[in-house]
Amino acid sequence: MNSYRKDFPIFEGNNVCYFDNAATSQRPKEVFEAMEKFNNECNANPLRGLYDWSVRATEAYENARHTVATFIGAKRDCEIVFTRNTTESLNLVAYSYGLSKIHEGDEIVISIMEHHSNQLPWRMVAEKTGAKIVWLECTKEGKITEEEYKSKITDRTKIVAITQVSNVLGITNPVRAIADYAHSKGAVVVVDGAQSTPHMPVNVQDMGADFFAFSGHKLMAPMGIGALYGRIELLDEMPPFLTGGEMIESVSRDSVTYAPVPEKFEAGTVNAMGAVGLEAAIKYIQSIGFDEITETEKRLTERLISKLHELPEVTIYGPTDPDDHCGIVAFNIDGCHPHDVASVLDSEHICIRAGHHCAQPLLQYLGVSSTARASLYFYNTEEEVDRFAEAVSHVRGWMGY
Amino acid sequence: MEESMELKQLYREIVNEHNLHPSHKKEIAEPTMVLNGVNPSCGDDITLELVIKGDVIEDAAFVGSGCAISQASADMMCDLIIGQSKEKALELADSFMGMIKGTADREQIEELDESAALADISHMPARVKCAVLGWRTMSEMVQEINKDGTVREHNESRCGACSSNGAAVCKPACKGSECCNK
Repeated sequence: MNSYRKDFPIFEGNNVCYFDNAATSQRPKEVFEAMEKFNNECNANPLRGLYDWSVRATEAYENARHTVATFIGAKRDCEIVFTRNTTESLNLVAYSYGLSKIHEGDEIVISIMEHHSNQLPWRMVAEKTGAKIVWLECTKEGKITEEEYKSKITDRTKIVAITQVSNVLGITNPVRAIADYAHSKGAVVVVDGAQSTPHMPVNVQDMGADFFAFSGHKLMAPMGIGALYGRIELLDEMPPFLTGGEMIESVSRDSVTYAPVPEKFEAGTVNAMGAVGLEAAIKYIQSIGFDEITETEKRLTERLISKLHELPEVTIYGPTDPDDHCGIVAFNIDGCHPHDVASVLDSEHICIRAGHHCAQPLLQYLGVSSTARASLYFYNTEEEVDRFAEAVSHVRGWMGY
Repeated sequence: MEESMELKQLYREIVNEHNLHPSHKKEIAEPTMVLNGVNPSCGDDITLELVIKGDVIEDAAFVGSGCAISQASADMMCDLIIGQSKEKALELADSFMGMIKGTADREQIEELDESAALADISHMPARVKCAVLGWRTMSEMVQEINKDGTVREHNESRCGACSSNGAAVCKPACKGSECCNK
């Protein structure tokens, strides 16, 4: 049995099988204990204030920043901007970097498997600036070939938006190779790390990311906290995203000077408690170690996919190798709409997602309007996988076939 | 009011039959009016065709694809409105919406015949859009027909199936030869 489950109060006293981790993860008590400690011992606005609680709140917040920086391999703490989530991080880059640096005739390359959050902000930039969107195609399994990215990334490309792991297909993209090529053409690379960061060690320098975004709530931190990594050379030059308190140095009637990075991008009161929760979640992950996390997930995913393969009515999307799925398994059952599949599985207390997963262009390419999706995390169990597969085998029967 | 039906029971007793063996899933040769209704967020898609002579809905049929609840609900709706006056059909639509919202009275629910079996959808917010898609599409169509049987000029108006956030958009597609009042 999985010894980590006892750390998650939500699993107690029920037999819910939670297979929607790509949407959000569950949270261990350690995360709330840390947040409670912040609230009960030093809750104040991290203002570099003059009283003890504020000083300690500031320390807690900045320690969290340091933990995040180390976690993802950033060179400096100041290259980490706290945001609400991946979507906000990507919008920050679009509004701040995109709108100031992109001009008419420039090209922005987006992969067709991108989540809407790493697609729409760039389309906004293109619309406002007169730049052109160029789509990076993939195979049905999600593979982006060297030929493809070398043909789509040109001297006119200024931004390449790519996800590290697809939230539908589970495939990990060759980010480093794409980044190297993009850099050789003078483009920057914006990486969506929402699905990768919870499941594997990431190093933003090694992958060549100019910008990297991820959400806390997908790696057991509370909702409402995320981060953006940006190379300091880029962040320094970027105009602010949100303006207001905290991100200024001085304000007069006639002029405003802005604070240095990262404060420049953290307007208003920050989510200090969330940042503390994010740090606790990272420390929880580190206490288990990614070796164990990835090994458990591979084992569970292999089991799940092999059981689904026994059912001829099930179609699985994405790579053929279960190890390339990052715990994400999008599938369909012949003659059964994913919404019905999700509803009948819900009546068995099994939680999966159904729909377009905020990746409509990808689903259009795959030729389906929607799919069901099961997504695992290290705290799922073999019993749950078996129960899930058993239930899936009954779905057509429940639907009257 | 009957007790809450367990979801699998709902599928077993009502939905599956209408989804797998619908009576009204076909094209009509010369429909008076045709309207397409979709739930873009989940891919439910129906194209409803009505034959309206004078005041009466003489025939109703649909083609489409989508979840079992959307297709079954549309089939049951066609059952109910065939032979009814336009006014009655709109009343039934009101009753159905009311039932889903939990505001319909006993009389209204009884009038819905088999469609009343979908009452428990009111406890499944995720499936409401599916169940009402056919009814909303039909409402929009019937309201667009003038008293003299001609059809008001189409525009890209929302069919009303969109709940709060406009998630369903209808594209009018009138095909009938006598109807279009261009």
